Amino acid sequence: MSVTHDARVQLRAATTAQGQAARIWPEINHPAAWIVAVILVIMPLIANGFFLIEIFATTMILGTIALSLMFLAGYGGMVSLMQLTIAGFCAYMVAVFGVSANTNISLGWPWWLAVPMALALATLFGTLGGTLAVRTEGIYTIMITLAIGAAFYYFTNQNWAIFGGHTGINTVATPHFWGVNWRSDIPFYYIVLGTAALCYFAVAYISRAPFGLALQGVRDNPRRMAALGFNVNAHRIAAYAVASFIAGLAGVLQVWNYRQISPGSVSVGACIDILIIAVVGGITRPIGPYIGALIFVLLRTFALDFLVKIGLDGNRFRLIIGLGFLAIVFWSSDGVIGLWQRWRQGKRPTTTRPGGGHGHG
Amino acid sequence: MDSVAHRLSAVGAGAALELRGVTRLFGALAALTDVTITVRPGERRAVLGSNGAGKTTLFNCITGDFPPTSGTIRFFGEDITRFPPYERIRRGLRRTYQISALFPGLTVQDNVYLACRGVSRGRFSFLRPGQNDALMHAADNLVQAVHLSAVKDQRVAELAHGQQRQLEIALALAGAPRFVLFDEPAAGLSPAERLELIEILTSLPSHIGYIIIEHDMDVALRVVESVTMMHNGRIFKEGVPQEIQSDPEVQELYLGGGHE
Repeated sequence: MSVTHDARVQLRAATTAQGQAARIWPEINHPAAWIVAVILVIMPLIANGFFLIEIFATTMILGTIALSLMFLAGYGGMVSLMQLTIAGFCAYMVAVFGVSANTNISLGWPWWLAVPMALALATLFGTLGGTLAVRTEGIYTIMITLAIGAAFYYFTNQNWAIFGGHTGINTVATPHFWGVNWRSDIPFYYIVLGTAALCYFAVAYISRAPFGLALQGVRDNPRRMAALGFNVNAHRIAAYAVASFIAGLAGVLQVWNYRQISPGSVSVGACIDILIIAVVGGITRPIGPYIGALIFVLLRTFALDFLVKIGLDGNRFRLIIGLGFLAIVFWSSDGVIGLWQRWRQGKRPTTTRPGGGHGHG
Repeated sequence: MDSVAHRLSAVGAGAALELRGVTRLFGALAALTDVTITVRPGERRAVLGSNGAGKTTLFNCITGDFPPTSGTIRFFGEDITRFPPYERIRRGLRRTYQISALFPGLTVQDNVYLACRGVSRGRFSFLRPGQNDALMHAADNLVQAVHLSAVKDQRVAELAHGQQRQLEIALALAGAPRFVLFDEPAAGLSPAERLELIEILTSLPSHIGYIIIEHDMDVALRVVESVTMMHNGRIFKEGVPQEIQSDPEVQELYLGGGHE
């Protein structure tokens, strides 16, 4: 442990001396990160279809939605409860523009046209929502975005012409090309892994780029940012656009995963699940949401069996999640990664600070 | 940003900063009443006055943190009264805050880099700065100028008070400032740090004018050539430091209360 630690300090000193060379690419300098990356890539060799899709792909999809919240909340200080709504909107748009069993609704575009269209509309939707939300701060941002989420949920329930009412849109077509069914377990796992990795590294990279740094400046002190020449609201709205695009990507994967989309997927409860995932995992680093999503998915999948086994009602799995949420918020304001960091900190000499703080990738 | 018309108007006008009849109300309370001030380019002026005299409100009106209720503000000839703060900053106006307004979650270097980025292009850039990034070098130089090179990779939350005050000044000197508003830069500094502050202020290029709010007369009168005395939101007296210091009314109002 101490050997790697010393090596890192030297590396850091060296790169500082030659002028910030290490800042250009996100650094994967921790052996654990490489091990996780390798395991994720060879996962189809180890895991069966159930684990591959129901656990890992689902984790990465939810994690990516929560990542878009982490980007807004962790770097921008804006807690948006509408990230799932944006993902859901994008999922609906894929179904509306693409092919589904609801032929009276779906326009039947090929996926490579429907997906960019859905992403563009979802980004627009999130940016407009953000434009409303940035006029407020703190709890009012939460209220406005929650209101947008709730309004969208009730709208989808009642609108039959586009959203298919409370039954939603079913049997949504998934991509088939080059002779591959991309929704079969292994190809779909890799699509999800690739998208999640792309979003993760994009967020890590942007956090050290001028846009991301300025966003963190807006989080720390918006008034001073204006006094440095930044148009604070424009920056916040741009952050919503980026987050909406990320949430939209996850929404595309979500509709391909379940092959259907209905109001149940965009309920207020589901919006709050995303907040729980992000907070449990930790919102100071992009890895947090994925850890939170894994915990959430594991609990959701197995707590039921566990509860039944010890003689309780299986539907109480939310109780476990809730208690876990309380415990984590109580002991660590920075989620699981905060706990982990402090545990490592305790094992090390106190000369280093927690990995450069915010946005260290 | 620098349109031709803007440059022409700047050439035509003699003043760096020109306030005419600036009034700022907070509800029924008049924090500033009919303030008219003209400051030449490169002029260095102190604003003195007791607490509640309206000094910081004056700064907030000039930078646009709170726009004035009435009156006009011209910056190098251009009417900036209704401009948002960031537009004023991009035209060369700068300010520091009485209570340090920094970015505690970021490093010293990142704080200064943001200040440099704020007054140049690429504020929305998604590309990380490279090894030869000009702004990164500018930030390095600024960090050095305020003697913070040793702590440039530390997070601002971990800095000592005096270092935070120095960083506060660095943020206001990024880019090409034409006029700076210093709001009590010496607040809470040790005597040694005060000397360092005086050195930083007096070594600024002569074309950069500033207004400084400072309670410490030793600091204020060593770094300015003119003084504006405020009282109850109005201009009370203007003159050169010696005049103001020896003025009996001023002494009664400001220096009289056992101060110094």
